[in-house]
Amino acid sequence: MTAADILTLIPAAVGRSTLAFCRIIGSVAIFALSTLSHLLRPPFYPKEFLHALLHIGYFSLPVVGMTALFTGGALALQIYSGGSRFNAESVVPSIVAIGMVRELGPVLGGLMVAGRVAASIAAEIGTMKVTEQIDALTTLSTHPMKYLTVPRVLAATLAMPVLAAIGDVIGIMGGYLVGVTRLDFNSAAYIKNTYDFLEVADVTSGLWKAAAFGFIVALMGCYHGMRSGRGAQGVGKATTNAVVSASVMILASNYVLTEVFF
Amino acid sequence: MGAQMIEMQDVRKSFGSNHVLRGIDLDIAKGESMVIIGGSGTGKSVLLKCILGLVQPDSGKILVDGRDATRGDHDAFLARFGMLFQGGALFDSLAVWQNVAFRLLRGSLKRPKAEAREIAIEKLRRVGLKSEVADLFPAELSGGMQKRVGLARAIAAEPEIIFFDEPTTGLDPIMSGVINELIREIVVEMGATAMTITHDMSSVRAIADKVAMLHDGVIQWTGPVADMDASGDPYLDQFIHGRAEGPIESVR
Ligand SMILES: Nc1ncnc2c1ncn2[C@@H]1O[C@H](COP(=O)(O)OP(=O)(O)OP(=O)(O)O)[C@@H](O)[C@H]1O
Ligand SMILES: [Mg+2]
Repeated sequence: MTAADILTLIPAAVGRSTLAFCRIIGSVAIFALSTLSHLLRPPFYPKEFLHALLHIGYFSLPVVGMTALFTGGALALQIYSGGSRFNAESVVPSIVAIGMVRELGPVLGGLMVAGRVAASIAAEIGTMKVTEQIDALTTLSTHPMKYLTVPRVLAATLAMPVLAAIGDVIGIMGGYLVGVTRLDFNSAAYIKNTYDFLEVADVTSGLWKAAAFGFIVALMGCYHGMRSGRGAQGVGKATTNAVVSASVMILASNYVLTEVFF
Repeated sequence: MGAQMIEMQDVRKSFGSNHVLRGIDLDIAKGESMVIIGGSGTGKSVLLKCILGLVQPDSGKILVDGRDATRGDHDAFLARFGMLFQGGALFDSLAVWQNVAFRLLRGSLKRPKAEAREIAIEKLRRVGLKSEVADLFPAELSGGMQKRVGLARAIAAEPEIIFFDEPTTGLDPIMSGVINELIREIVVEMGATAMTITHDMSSVRAIADKVAMLHDGVIQWTGPVADMDASGDPYLDQFIHGRAEGPIESVR
């Protein structure tokens, strides 16, 4: 191997992975567009949608609620510890509320739902792919995108803001409980402080984020499930990829959306 | 013989370096029962999937009822087909009867739920399953029962063209006989065109009008089932008599 060969080795590797990355972005984008186009064209499967809503939305409530409760509590302690350095302990209620509603409610809720829902969607659709159930759907004149992807993506996009809103309330309550029991806040003052400083835009920006995260979670679950390799190993890999890519995309899009709403 | 229902001309399909189909030419007439035989892994299932468009052939032409299978309204095209998958491919989130009546519960063939259920139970009875099975889930059935539910689903909407991928594998001899008779009935009474893959030579003789043998990616031999024993083709002879020695290598 000549020196020139060795020198081109690194750019070649960089180029290869860049191309692979672009290819993935492209195929995810095509998958997303195809989902949206099927969303608008009949036939629709309302029963599948309701089923997905139950599984993605309702059954995620405990996870999202617990996450929010403990996060709100920890947040109150941290802000108290930070705030006390400037004699600004009184900001605890409003910062807990703003932090939960704008950032932690949707992001942590989204990540928890990514772990739960993206994994289960990818495993379910991947198994269907491996056992030829997707082929069977097609031969029974039912489009897999319409029957499997659209209901799940729609359900997650609609359910996630509701989950985030519930998470917001529980998170603020967690902060309140810690504030009142551990930090000697006056109960009425805490609630008034929370209420006075919170703006509608704080809440809505968080809910829009949540909708985007719900879309991402279900989309990545379906995308990786549909492209699952053969065998149990293929399904396992699809599940991992779905959770990892959904989580990374949530965090990346969170930054972009925060810039937009800033 | 009437017009051709399925015509395949020089159909080729490779998976990477695995050249599975290397130029398939095969015609199946309307109302005919064609049985495909051939060694394990020679591409019989892939052949059926190519016709259905589940696998895209690399080249070649597939005509169904004179029209190019890859063009036109794919849903309307598939509505004419029924398919039994080799692994059953039942939807495990749905009860047995909902699997069987899948086509009758949605889309262009939609009908009231009670009626769809009745048809499903009737089809289950035809494949030798009791009505108690209707409300179970696929995971609660034995392998052979799952296969028969798959068969019931394939015939539920009374399609014109039916593909059976190994309908009797995993069934006891009596049940195999029942299924063979059923397939024969569907072809004779309903006038359907059938394409069946099987490894079971007694099934071949019971079901087939014509036989085609797939070997090395091409149709090695095809002809009426009556000519099968006197074909003089060494490949076919070895296969139907199940001999270890012959032109077909036993390690593939
Ligand atoms: N989706 C796929 N991707 C890659 N290779 C495939 C795929 N489907 C089939 N093959 C390959 O094509 C070949 C033929 O497979 P096929 O399932 O058609 O065999 P078969 O004739 O039906 O065998 P059997 O009688 O055992 O069912 C095999 O070597 C298989 O590995
Ligand atoms: Mg096969």
